[in-house]
Amino acid sequence: MSDLALETPAFETIGLCLSFGALAVASDIDFRLERGARHALIGPNGAGKTSFVNLATGVLSPSAGTIRLGGADITRLPQAARVKRGLARTFQINALFRRLDVLEHVTLAIAERDGVAGGLWRAAGRHRRIIDEAYTLLETLGIEEDALRPVSALAYGQQRLVEIAVALGLSPKVLLLDEPAAGVPSGETGLIIGVVERLPPDIAVLIIEHDMDLVFRLAKTITVLVQGRILVEGPPAQIAADERVREVYLGDRVRQP
Amino acid sequence: MHAVTEAAISIGFHGLAFAMVLYLISVGLSVTMGLMGLVNLAHAVFAMLGGYVLTALMNRWGVPYAVSLAGAAAAAALASVPLERLLYRRLYGGEELDQVLLTMGIIFMSVAGVTYVWGPLNQPVYLPHWLDGQIDFGFRHFPTYRSFLILCGAVLVTLLWLALERTRFGAQIRAAVDNLRMAQSIGINTSRLFTLTFALGSGLAGLGGALGADFLPISPSYALSNLVYFIIVVAVGGLGSIRGPFVAALLIGIADTGFKYLLPELGAFFIYALTMALLLWRPHGLFGRA
Amino acid sequence: MTVKDLDRARSDRNGAIEAFARRHRFRPLEAVPWVAALAAAFVFPGYLPLGAQILATILFVMSADLVVGYAGIVTLGHAAFFGTGAYTAGILAAHGWGEPLSGLVAAAAVSALIGFLSGLVILRTTGLALLMQTLVVAAMLLETANKASSITGGDDGLQGVDVWPIFGVFHFDMFGRVAYGYCLGVLLVGWLVTRQIVHSPFGRSLTGMRENVRRMHAIGAPVFRRRLVVYTISAALAGVSGGLIAQTTQFVGLTSLSLERSGNALIMLTIGGVGRLYGAFIGVPLYMIAQDQFAEIEPVYWYFWIGLLMVAVVMFARGGIIGLVERFRR
Repeated sequence: MSDLALETPAFETIGLCLSFGALAVASDIDFRLERGARHALIGPNGAGKTSFVNLATGVLSPSAGTIRLGGADITRLPQAARVKRGLARTFQINALFRRLDVLEHVTLAIAERDGVAGGLWRAAGRHRRIIDEAYTLLETLGIEEDALRPVSALAYGQQRLVEIAVALGLSPKVLLLDEPAAGVPSGETGLIIGVVERLPPDIAVLIIEHDMDLVFRLAKTITVLVQGRILVEGPPAQIAADERVREVYLGDRVRQP
Repeated sequence: MHAVTEAAISIGFHGLAFAMVLYLISVGLSVTMGLMGLVNLAHAVFAMLGGYVLTALMNRWGVPYAVSLAGAAAAAALASVPLERLLYRRLYGGEELDQVLLTMGIIFMSVAGVTYVWGPLNQPVYLPHWLDGQIDFGFRHFPTYRSFLILCGAVLVTLLWLALERTRFGAQIRAAVDNLRMAQSIGINTSRLFTLTFALGSGLAGLGGALGADFLPISPSYALSNLVYFIIVVAVGGLGSIRGPFVAALLIGIADTGFKYLLPELGAFFIYALTMALLLWRPHGLFGRA
Repeated sequence: MTVKDLDRARSDRNGAIEAFARRHRFRPLEAVPWVAALAAAFVFPGYLPLGAQILATILFVMSADLVVGYAGIVTLGHAAFFGTGAYTAGILAAHGWGEPLSGLVAAAAVSALIGFLSGLVILRTTGLALLMQTLVVAAMLLETANKASSITGGDDGLQGVDVWPIFGVFHFDMFGRVAYGYCLGVLLVGWLVTRQIVHSPFGRSLTGMRENVRRMHAIGAPVFRRRLVVYTISAALAGVSGGLIAQTTQFVGLTSLSLERSGNALIMLTIGGVGRLYGAFIGVPLYMIAQDQFAEIEPVYWYFWIGLLMVAVVMFARGGIIGLVERFRR
């Protein structure tokens, strides 16, 4: 394997900029997500973290800058095309199909990935391979017991897991998790942490989080975003010790790992 | 050339009068749709109600025209309050299909209601004699009634704009249309705001229906057959604005009058085509936002 | 984990997968509407003409269900496609080509074209903007039919619709038997098509779009394209139903393009149950039979009670009759 292949990041942005009027949500962001990364993006509220994810996935268009996925330029590509190339995300607030059951959530994603979701000829029930794979995925996340229940009947923590399951069903190369533990009662966050820890090592994972426990347990690299700008980047110990980060979080929120 | 300017002035004048009627009826729909996110197909019912109240007051009880107009507006505004508080309120932020079905049900019931009370035929409107005939504007004569319409419309539009820009109530509406949750969090009583705005919009519609009885005859099929016009004004103008429907009403009113005069074989077709073209260019209306 | 645990897990797994897949198979209960339709022909021989109209209208309302119930596109302009199909088949028959099946094909084709073109424009938006645009498209077509009275007959309606026998053999008889069988056959085909769509991965993705379109975008679904496809297919089916009505009643009027027609479709669909494939099969007969029995007596009351029913359904019985049955079974 040549050095070049090792160096191409799974995902990167160069000089990414976006403003809403006077509000700059992204100012000249140079960001690299390495292959197999376990990378966290933290920052105070309104720092532009979710906007960054929206820019990365194509929900928002940047006013300047480049976005690359596995080395290829995706800046102009629409959302669906980026997904096809291996970029998946979860939402901060569950974006699920309320009346559909858990298993179907994943079969929908897998069907899209395999390009059969637009098929009109075979009944959905005949795609056994997809249903099988979906069930297996639910098993790895530990939620297979609820496979046939409508997702609205699940506890919020379980729903967050379904959210992740949908993204995993796409077999992404890059996974953007937008506050996976948000809104989850503290008794259930362990589930989320467990799932993220067990993610396949070849997926590059970027986690946006406020929960510092999670961040320090899961991340090998942390980027701190403040008002659309990267303040500092580095391994957890370095970030925890950084004065500026403490300031930004008013001191007490950043705990020692 | 003289004949062309003649025609142009005629079209402009009558189109403007029609536009005023369209605006008065549609502005309430635009604001409530933008404010409450509710598709209120039954909005035209209030315009119809205004027309029926006007004719009932005048023809049955000999109430003078101006007073009847006020009565029409008041009746429509008052009728809207129980409707909003009891029914519509449950559907804010709800599924669109629900809103469509509910408002359609209300149209059906009101159509039945007015047919029961007033019969299936058009209601005759007898204008007071001071609106008869023509006014001499120096370079031309114009029908008094239509001139009155334009004047009324202009006054009401100005009052409306001033109210929206200068009063606290107006500021609250603007804030709530812009960002409902933010408005609630700064203490605006949005529930009361909705009721009042709805009543105001319905009252204006009632007034518009009464004033415009000449253009849009008062009959049980009013709410259904004219719905498309008001929808077009709102769709072209954009939801949640009072400027948008005004521009749209002008466009539609003058264009419709013009096309019907110059190319009667094609009727309202051009208005629809114009609307589709405008919506192709600006899917959320001229002054709407995504 | 013991061997027994593993076994149980595997059978749970197979059970779940089986249950999930089996949803899309034909079930015995699905034969009921067809048995009922055949039985009705023998039990109520005097009502066959009404029966034929009911069958054709079921096709229309089912096509609306595809768009409204499955794809989540609320439209008040579906009559545009119904009327287009009706006029297409009717005009063909009135101008010398009365072959019924090809007339239906033509109706489907023209309606599909109108559906495709209008869909291209209006499906770029959602919600209120989209709803309003469906109204405008329908109004546009209505006005066109109104003004092109030399072709369409305008206000008086299209006369002289002369339909040839089906396959050259089955003359349309005055008892309505052939018409009934014709409509039943076409409805069967339309139903098979609709059912296939609904139970396919495409159909499931439509349901996903209805439930959460943002999520569908985020899993890479080509939302606009899929909506356009279902809109076009639905328009074709609606066109066929219009053609059926034109051919079996030998008349086409302006009301086939009206807002009332679109609204009635939604009402009938809601009574039966939206987005459940069979809502049309329940709502349409109930509505049309009730209308046949009561509307003549006192049309004003009919309007009032239907309106009240709508309000009541929205406030209390969202899922229509099928919804009530589902709730009852739980």
